[in-house]
Amino acid sequence: MEAPLLHLALVGTPNSGKTSLFNALTGSRQKVANYPGVTVERKEGFFVTPLGRQVSLVDLPGTYSLRGRSPDEEITRDIVLGHASGEARPDLVLCVADATNLRLTIRLLLELKRTGRPLALVLNMFDIATRRGIAVDVARMSEALGVPVVTSIAVRKGGTADLLTLTDELSAQMQPLPAENGWRPLGVAELRATQREADRIIAESVSLPSRPDTWTARIDAVVLHPVAGLLVLGLILFVMFQAVFAWAKPVMELLSASFDTLGQFAHDTLPAGLLQSFLQNGVISGVGSVIVFLPQIIIIFLFILLLEDFGYMSRAAFLMDRIMGGAGLHGRAFIPLLSSFACAIPGIMATRVIDNRRDRLTTILIAPLMTCSARIPVYTLIISAFIPERQVWGFVNLQGLVMFGLYAAGIVSALGVSFLIKFFMLRDYAPAPFMLELPDYKMPRLKSIAIGIYSRAMMFLQRAGTTIFAMMVLIWFLASFPQPPLGATEPAIDFSLAAMLGKALAPLLAPVGFNWQIAMALVPGMAAREVAVAALGTVYAIEGGKEAAEAIGQVLATKWSLATALSLLAWYIFAPQCASTLAVIKRETGSWKWMAATFAYMLTLAYAASLVTYNVAVALGAG
Amino acid sequence: MTSKIDTRSQEHSEKRSPRHSGRHPQKHPEMPLGLARRGYTGVIQHLAADGAGSALSDVELESRLIELGFVEGAKVEVLHEGAVGRDPIAVRVDNVTIAVRRREAMAIIVA
Repeated sequence: MEAPLLHLALVGTPNSGKTSLFNALTGSRQKVANYPGVTVERKEGFFVTPLGRQVSLVDLPGTYSLRGRSPDEEITRDIVLGHASGEARPDLVLCVADATNLRLTIRLLLELKRTGRPLALVLNMFDIATRRGIAVDVARMSEALGVPVVTSIAVRKGGTADLLTLTDELSAQMQPLPAENGWRPLGVAELRATQREADRIIAESVSLPSRPDTWTARIDAVVLHPVAGLLVLGLILFVMFQAVFAWAKPVMELLSASFDTLGQFAHDTLPAGLLQSFLQNGVISGVGSVIVFLPQIIIIFLFILLLEDFGYMSRAAFLMDRIMGGAGLHGRAFIPLLSSFACAIPGIMATRVIDNRRDRLTTILIAPLMTCSARIPVYTLIISAFIPERQVWGFVNLQGLVMFGLYAAGIVSALGVSFLIKFFMLRDYAPAPFMLELPDYKMPRLKSIAIGIYSRAMMFLQRAGTTIFAMMVLIWFLASFPQPPLGATEPAIDFSLAAMLGKALAPLLAPVGFNWQIAMALVPGMAAREVAVAALGTVYAIEGGKEAAEAIGQVLATKWSLATALSLLAWYIFAPQCASTLAVIKRETGSWKWMAATFAYMLTLAYAASLVTYNVAVALGAG
Repeated sequence: MTSKIDTRSQEHSEKRSPRHSGRHPQKHPEMPLGLARRGYTGVIQHLAADGAGSALSDVELESRLIELGFVEGAKVEVLHEGAVGRDPIAVRVDNVTIAVRRREAMAIIVA
């Protein structure tokens, strides 16, 4: 007889080692997605017990109680109580505790007991507890709590054997009708009472010669030092940046070249015509232009997961909290925003470390204002064509100064927008006070990190294969149809829908100094910002695409005024010229509304900035 | 706003929490943990969320503090202070380290 799938749920406080236990049990058999309609990551994995029972395991967001004060915690509460629509009510709730730090979890467990759900306590990281001289009388604790208790060492092979055996035992004796739910939100007095009860049970069953972790104290003495701490943070960021730009570069170039070769292969093999153009320019180069970001995404997540596993992330948030707080951002927004300098896509994905919905949303909305690497080709082209290479104030390179100014404008406007969001849009949302645990440092486990990177990479590739692919095909279509008449001498793109759009948009963009050629280049530039460079090359009939950037620059310098060039720079600081970013925002916020909001506000800023830049420049005689 | 708290915190710490205060925590006068300086050790006497000025409601703040282990009788030690305005602070509560802003820590009365 085939037993039905057994549903297990992992519940625990943040930092209880829930995720490493989840990874140990399920390995790579996991699915990472979002819960419908909310920005909360849903992780489900599968495994088989020693007796052959198929188990589905969900890793619920970490929480200190069932009160549900954030969307994440509400998910945890609703699933445990069986109120979540479309989610199976767990047959067994596994409450995971860090064995070195039992107080808060035992209190949570006492609260969980009131739900009447079948429950077991897993004392994770039991090896570390033993090493620190913490002795737990498991039988006594189990008796005092009235639930089964097992120990586990998630990071060691075979460390979950007891838990697997227990799962089999419990599933064999499972009642079809579980006890009534007696849970309701606890009042302050009840919270105190459960904490006292928890402390009493710990005093009875645990002997704590608990030497505080001296390593953690030693590392924190440097890492949380007001001066040294910021220097260490700066150093880590510097290495991270270097890695994202330098390490990723050869792989990205290789990927890019492979896609070019593949495209060329399609070009050479197929007869000239629509299918050839569709495969080469639509499918291969479209998907390729997104997949080249995969190395950067992997490297950023490697750093984020390493730092998180080690226990550093909450320290970085501690150091940056007041500095970010001035602009209405949470300390944890720091790393995602920083990642956005490479590319807003991994940056927005990295906002998952922010547990408060409001803070996360603000960070997602402003992340695209950080100057990403795709803007660099556009900036470089215009700067080298229009800004003279000379020294100002004796030692500063003017071109470099303009580049720096563009970066600074991005940062300042991001902080400004965050400030405005805080004041106008999300005012009613209770702000998250900064209260978080600084866990003891732990050696990151490679297997756990590898699984984490793998699941993020798969998510990204899946997206590249669906949403982003669809957008790329649309943009190719706009740039290719209708076909030029036979014998036409102008570039084919002049006859396309993109050109029509460009000409239609031109009157709208005339006040900011853009001609129809620029307006048209902005359309394929939606695929990725740097594609605009190639599009300008095409429209000004220069062969060679991106490689011929220098030649394009020389042509542009004769065709545009300085005011137009400056206006285009201002446009690129703000404009939402990236379909992939918009797609990721849609995905991560789970709503079209926020995607539209991002598009609208960035477009408004871009138009306003260009308008001001152009008119000021014309007034100063640069028209 | 917070800078006011910080200057007060310096005055308080000079008056009320001299170095090595941890040896006789029971002899200190009561004070909010939000005013304590690095190195301060004491025992939580009670929680007083109504005077803290946190953005959270009193009940919510008190609940969260309890959930993080700030209950009467717990031993606390201020381990670290943030770089800007000595805020937030990292507090050892029994055997857990919690980072909290001074504003919220004003609700924790220690001695």
